[in-house]
Amino acid sequence: MNIRRLVLIAVPYLWLVALFLIPFVIVVKISLSDTALAIPPYVPTFDLSGGWDGVKSYFSQLDFDNFTFLTEDDLYWRAYLSSLKIAVIATVATLLAAYPIAYGMARAAPEWRPTLMMLVILPFWTSFLIRVYSWIGILSQEGYLNQLLLGLGLIDQPLKILNTNLAVYIGIVYTYLPFMILPIYATLEKLDQSLLEAAEDLGCSRLSAFWLVTLPLSRPGIVAGCFLVFIPAIGEFVIPSLLGGSRTLMIGKVLWEEFFSNRDWPVASAVAVVLLLLLIVPIMLFQRNQQKQQEAEL
Amino acid sequence: MLSGVAMDTAAQGRVFAPWNDPDEEPLIQFRSVTKRFGSFTAIDNLTLDIYAREFFALLGPSGCGKTTLMRMLAGFETATEGTILLEGEDIAGVPPNKRAVNMMFQSYALFPHLSVYDNIAFGLKRSSMSKPDIAARVDEMLRLTRLERFARRKPHQISGGQRQRVALARSLAKAPKLLLLDEPLGALDKKLRQDTQFELMDIQERTGTTFVIVTHDQEEAMTVASRVAVMDDGRIVQVATPAEIYETPNSVYVADFIGDVNIIEGNASRQQGETIRIHWAEGQEPIVGTPSAPIAEGTRVHFAIRPEKVTITAQKPAGRANAFAGKVHDIAYLGNISTYHVKLANGQILKAQAANNQRIDRRSFNWEDPVWLSWTDTAGVVLTG
Repeated sequence: MNIRRLVLIAVPYLWLVALFLIPFVIVVKISLSDTALAIPPYVPTFDLSGGWDGVKSYFSQLDFDNFTFLTEDDLYWRAYLSSLKIAVIATVATLLAAYPIAYGMARAAPEWRPTLMMLVILPFWTSFLIRVYSWIGILSQEGYLNQLLLGLGLIDQPLKILNTNLAVYIGIVYTYLPFMILPIYATLEKLDQSLLEAAEDLGCSRLSAFWLVTLPLSRPGIVAGCFLVFIPAIGEFVIPSLLGGSRTLMIGKVLWEEFFSNRDWPVASAVAVVLLLLLIVPIMLFQRNQQKQQEAEL
Repeated sequence: MLSGVAMDTAAQGRVFAPWNDPDEEPLIQFRSVTKRFGSFTAIDNLTLDIYAREFFALLGPSGCGKTTLMRMLAGFETATEGTILLEGEDIAGVPPNKRAVNMMFQSYALFPHLSVYDNIAFGLKRSSMSKPDIAARVDEMLRLTRLERFARRKPHQISGGQRQRVALARSLAKAPKLLLLDEPLGALDKKLRQDTQFELMDIQERTGTTFVIVTHDQEEAMTVASRVAVMDDGRIVQVATPAEIYETPNSVYVADFIGDVNIIEGNASRQQGETIRIHWAEGQEPIVGTPSAPIAEGTRVHFAIRPEKVTITAQKPAGRANAFAGKVHDIAYLGNISTYHVKLANGQILKAQAANNQRIDRRSFNWEDPVWLSWTDTAGVVLTG
């Protein structure tokens, strides 16, 4: 193997080692430590001045107590399950909202498509935090939505949306919508229109042509979009803490509280490590989907 | 010899020519059909009959309206004016999925997510056919197109020629009254295309389906079709059998579009019996030709003659109605034949073809050789259009 190839291959690996593996090893190490009133707030810390015995005693102090603790307190597994549930529901809701938009974009006149694409991406130009904050103004008891509905006479009592799970769903759908639209749009835009004509020619109505041809052929986009929404949504922290109520239980929020309210870095790290292990399954499925799609295109 | 003649006449007796039978009801009738896209007229007041069991070719350059004509038959376009009848019934209001017409798409339009088997079964599953019947029909189609071994593969796992056969099998599976083929062989290389042409003809004969094929390849149209319609600018210029189109084109456009041809413009003299004389250049003998209809004196005419009907010799041949002296200007060697470009005294270049029945190093004519070109008085056609 020549040097050039080696260097080329080394670049992404170095990148992964520096930005993923090393931080991950540090987090794993903290998760195996014990809390302490110190800076940093855990023991042991790595110290080479003790020589070989120092290293040995360092490793002997690491244990799995924090992970055992996670299984003992039902808060954690309830938070994981609740996050999973919220992420699944929100992903399905995002899909239902995004598919018609992507379909409309793909069917629009070609000269309109770049503009529509721009409109989908446009919200990213504003800070994510500000956009989530503005939903507070929309969804609160005196918010625009309630004022509008009261004004129209559709309701006579303001709806309580803010600080409920519903607000969290709205926030996630709103925030992650472009991540769902773009991959679905990409597959629909490539779809050969003559396939739909062929389906009609062979006896399909417009609707059954959609079910039998368009939908299966946009599946790679749907799967990619679902993972792009599901994976970050499961660890979401900002949306539940701003829009959700005190009863909205999400693992991202638990993690944050362990770190900053409890200053229990080892337990927080253990929560993060478990979350990552849970996410490996969908991430691997996502990779397989991408790979299959690329193979099919060859 | 005798038996050969007898067989020929027997074949003549049942030759397939429903268009000559006034009692025969056409399968498809276009009646003064016009199709406009905005201000562009794709089909211009077109009337055409296509008969059952025909292999009918629509031939023309791109943009002549042949694909629009086909898409109107499939139901993807509706006529702006006029009516299209299928078995005597107006099909204007019938959507594509309710027509007994299937189409083989130029891109094949195979469903990439379905196996070869499921592609072929697709149309059948949309009908009320029972499951065992569907399986039997798909197997029959797989056998017909020799695809049995590939039934479980996906379209991207088979070759272009196989994909073409899947598309054909899929469009034939529902046993349509009419099969439309949009440039079906365009994506295949030349050798495979020729094999496939014969396969198509074979399948058409065996299934007895009416085929309408759209193509811009005149050789393909000539090979497969029972009749060819030559189109230009949304109109049909000539509809005839391949032999008639080639031997007796009705216009310069058709003569020029089909095959290789020499076209000479001139003025007709008074008709003498069957023949007329065409004065075409100062200092050259007039061309003697036989028009199909009487032509008035002084009419501007085009004389069209195929290169293979022009004989090239070293000496002036005796007893030929037309003979002109010239020099070999260029030779195109095509293996089995050579085309000689001969420059006449007045600068006109005529093409003559001769079979290469001798080795190339013993070729009779070379560049700059003086030669004579000759042909009979019935070899060419006199065109007024």
